[in-house]
Amino acid sequence: MKILVSVKRVIDFNVKVRVRPDGTGVETANVKMSMNPFDEIAVEEAIRLKEKGIATEVIAVSCGGAACQETLRTALALGADRAILVLTDVELQPLAVAKLLRALVQKELPQIVLLGKQAIDDDANQTGQMLAALLDWPQATFASKVDVAGATATVKREVDGGLETVEVALPAVVTTDLRLNEPRYATLPNIMKAKKKPLDTLAPEALGVDVAPRLVTVKVTEPAKRKGGGRVADVKELVAKLRNEAKILS
Amino acid sequence: MSILVIAEHDNASLKSATLHAITAARKLGDDIHVLVAGGDAGAAVAAAAAIAGVGRVLHVDADHLRQPTAENVAATTLAVVARGGYTHVLAAATSFGKNVAPRIAATLDVAQISDITGIEAPDTFVRPIYAGNAFATVRSMDPIKVITVRTTAFDAAPATGGSAVIEEIPAGPEIRTSKVTGQEFSKSERPELTSARIVVSGGRGMGSGENFRLLEALADRLNAAIGASRAAVDAGFVPNDYQVGQTGKIVAPDLYVAVGISGAIQHLAGMKDSKVIVAINKDAEAPIFQIADYGLVGDLFEIIPALTRELSA
Repeated sequence: MKILVSVKRVIDFNVKVRVRPDGTGVETANVKMSMNPFDEIAVEEAIRLKEKGIATEVIAVSCGGAACQETLRTALALGADRAILVLTDVELQPLAVAKLLRALVQKELPQIVLLGKQAIDDDANQTGQMLAALLDWPQATFASKVDVAGATATVKREVDGGLETVEVALPAVVTTDLRLNEPRYATLPNIMKAKKKPLDTLAPEALGVDVAPRLVTVKVTEPAKRKGGGRVADVKELVAKLRNEAKILS
Repeated sequence: MSILVIAEHDNASLKSATLHAITAARKLGDDIHVLVAGGDAGAAVAAAAAIAGVGRVLHVDADHLRQPTAENVAATTLAVVARGGYTHVLAAATSFGKNVAPRIAATLDVAQISDITGIEAPDTFVRPIYAGNAFATVRSMDPIKVITVRTTAFDAAPATGGSAVIEEIPAGPEIRTSKVTGQEFSKSERPELTSARIVVSGGRGMGSGENFRLLEALADRLNAAIGASRAAVDAGFVPNDYQVGQTGKIVAPDLYVAVGISGAIQHLAGMKDSKVIVAINKDAEAPIFQIADYGLVGDLFEIIPALTRELSA
């Protein structure tokens, strides 16, 4: 079976994000960009399914500007077989990405689509669920364990208060949570090999998808600063302050 | 303005997250309907009808909603939306709400506004991005707004004082491609992490899962929930549902005690709206001290037992 895995190029998780002074967004010029960490986990899971002999081909997809090619090359270096870039400079929101992925799914006919549960830039946590709805497929979100046997995937999901197990009939959408796996590092020979793997580029129009944003960003602001930095000398002073100053403890 | 709130419940009781979503709904308008989709969920229905400000409770009773999947909750919600003419559909931004809401939005062909922390107008919302390092104000151009609500940003609606009309309505189609086959919930006598008044959290500095017993003694004394940083979860000290942070739970208790937590951005995103923050760490330079109201530098293995004793005195 084929697996489609979707990867997003985001500001690296180690970068301290700065809001632009004009409030139109956050500073992205000269900022280190990387693959969304949850998507790395999705790529890793897809590759492991191929190594187990369950998947026959792993196709990585990214939607966005030309620089997303780098992200796709990373996925190829990790072990994806080929890549597709849906090239556009329009700001892509989750519904638009879900529609682009639906169009690609209808072309490629994968049995599983793997995505990160959320991207660490917009923190939306929507695309996988939206894709599943548009395809009328079942979904297994926030996965911490995935077992594929025959036409069924059994997925342990991270939910509030513990774990839930769901069985979904394939084809299905699976979104990854942190504990699913630990992604490998790309080796130098694999990075070199990845340069020769096929990477196709498509326009949203070629897929017949209208990607116009539905949400208008009015402004982006800094969070309110917290006044911290207070110190206490010992446990006695801490308890006294909590009782008498903060009045949290009676 | 007609607002539908999807209740989160276990048939026997309503989850408190729903009360927070209802407060957000009340900021949007007065015509508030609550959907309780379940199996023999009479108790949850009664609880929903008693919430102040709720006008109507829509009760869907079906076997396939007893232990519901996202597919089935979405299908039933869509059937309700189709007959109701709602302008807004809200759910709490819990693992339940996050799972279900985007399916509803995509089927309606509308954007979802995730995890809102503020409402500026019926079509304009504030939401955190980049782990809360920035806040975006967004306006929706769609006819129906599908929204998930960050529970810590809205107070709980009063659980009593309401007397909503209860209406029985039919379920949406049953979708059989997905089923829940198991649940493992961590059993705890302690308050729930996201709604506790006091949270005691441990980080990598705890050194082992065994050492979390120290925090348990302190938490017992304070009637606190126990949380953890992602580092402590990744190290295997505690289960993932303890995790506080961008990728875990968002908490805003009256008192947050961070023990052996350095204060990665990821973690701060989940707790920096707490009213009072106490940090205990042996590294005086740890970033957690910059946001703590009361920082105590020292060895947690001495401080925590001493603190527990002092509180018992």
